[in-house]
Amino acid sequence: MNPQNTKLQVKNLNFYYGNFHALKNINMEIEPKKVTAFIGPSGCGKSTLLRTFNRMFELYPGMRAEGEILMDGKNILDRDIDINLLRAKVGMVFQKPTPFPMSIHDNITFGVRLYEKLSRAEMDDRVEWALRKAALWDEVKDKLRQSGNSLSGGQQQRLCIARAVAAKPEVLLLDEPTSALDPISTAHIEELIHELKEDYTIAIVTHNMQQAARVSDFTAYMYLGEMIEFGETDSIFTTPKKKATEDYITGKFG
Amino acid sequence: MNNAIYRRRRMVNAFNMGASMMTMAFGLFWLAWILWTLFEMGLSGISLDVFTKITPPPGSEGGLANAIYGSVLMTFFGTLIGTPIGILAGVYLAEFGSRGWLAPATRFINDILLSAPSIVIGLFIYEVYVVTVGHFSGWAGSFALSLLVIPVVVRTTENMLRLVPNSLREAAIALGAPQWKVILFVTLRSAKAGVLTGILLAVARISGETAPLLFTALNNQFMSLNMNQPMANLPIVIFQFAMSPYEDWHRLAWAGSLLITLSVLTLNILARWFGGRKNQSH
Repeated sequence: MNPQNTKLQVKNLNFYYGNFHALKNINMEIEPKKVTAFIGPSGCGKSTLLRTFNRMFELYPGMRAEGEILMDGKNILDRDIDINLLRAKVGMVFQKPTPFPMSIHDNITFGVRLYEKLSRAEMDDRVEWALRKAALWDEVKDKLRQSGNSLSGGQQQRLCIARAVAAKPEVLLLDEPTSALDPISTAHIEELIHELKEDYTIAIVTHNMQQAARVSDFTAYMYLGEMIEFGETDSIFTTPKKKATEDYITGKFG
Repeated sequence: MNNAIYRRRRMVNAFNMGASMMTMAFGLFWLAWILWTLFEMGLSGISLDVFTKITPPPGSEGGLANAIYGSVLMTFFGTLIGTPIGILAGVYLAEFGSRGWLAPATRFINDILLSAPSIVIGLFIYEVYVVTVGHFSGWAGSFALSLLVIPVVVRTTENMLRLVPNSLREAAIALGAPQWKVILFVTLRSAKAGVLTGILLAVARISGETAPLLFTALNNQFMSLNMNQPMANLPIVIFQFAMSPYEDWHRLAWAGSLLITLSVLTLNILARWFGGRKNQSH
């Protein structure tokens, strides 16, 4: 990987929850417009790593990150980075669907309104565009004024993806986005990830190794806060270089 | 399976069930008796006059109109003053209160205020406001009532905001929303039904309070909607009339008691209805 072709470059990243050393000297590069999957057993630090990319960890006391994460060459862990602007550029979708207590339409516009001033017509176009991107438009186009909570779990999750996409971020972080969904909704969302990577850099944390194999171009295997192996998904799943990775993906462990 | 242990467990279960049913029946018995007496005595005193005529001298025709208007006005202003302060303080405790000493201290003092005897609140406003301006007034009554509203609203607002899942806050923050927008449009909105329930319960609480009005609004024999004058109100009229030796005053006192009880009951039902709606839609 050459440096011109990296969206996010993680350099010597260490992360601490109080005294607990949760991420140990992580180094990796995330390519633009590709899907990078993070796998590993619970507590290995994959979600923690994901939450450093938008500095979500700063909401809670006692957490700190050391090292560098360069986004297009700029260190996002720097104190003088505007954290709200960073988060507008790095969208995130969570494990459980989190529709806001407002209409489907307003769920989408909430994030857009924060940083863009659009006319009503432009906003309506944006809502349709985002919902189409999330493959939800046909199901909700007649009930945009209904509460986001009235949708099914799978639809709510796609609404959350639409909401993240609507703000036109550069990077999309998906933290186990399908772990609370049934297989059909999961398939929907995986298709969606395939389409979204044409425009966005995607990082996905998943417990499901088949999912990582299906959706990602690159895979990182983590264990106890360390990056054990990182490379192209094909080679990680067919010819892993390390014994630990092989044991995990073949189900001997974890 | 060991039958002796199983039988014993069934017996203990039956005994405990029986005991808790009996204590519940004991409590309900008094409540039912109180309500029964109230309706029996109160309904006979209720007529159109109660709502249209002012409190009479002994032996003549009259109603409770001035006391009803006074109570409604002071409860309204008490709620209007107390609610915003309570909501803002509750938001502070729930959303910003995770670090530092100020939030725990505020929470502790709020709990004291919540259980403070209401007569203390009345005396406080008497000293601070009534003595300063030199006369009893509707405003003084409203201020005393607002001090009773604040701790109730603070407590419920904080509790309701704490029930909002953190994932919802994170989702809004992850979009790059500043904290005030997250609170206003996402967390407070999620907790809306619960916060509203808290306000209704606070209104229910102050609408029957007597002690804080005794030294503040006092009473007024005549119809007065001037908040700067002493103001009639149901609880004190009930107190005055019930203590009197006159039969027709007694009837009005019962009628007033029934009115207060019915309005508190209505508020509680409304509060339950809002709380229930919240559980269905989220």
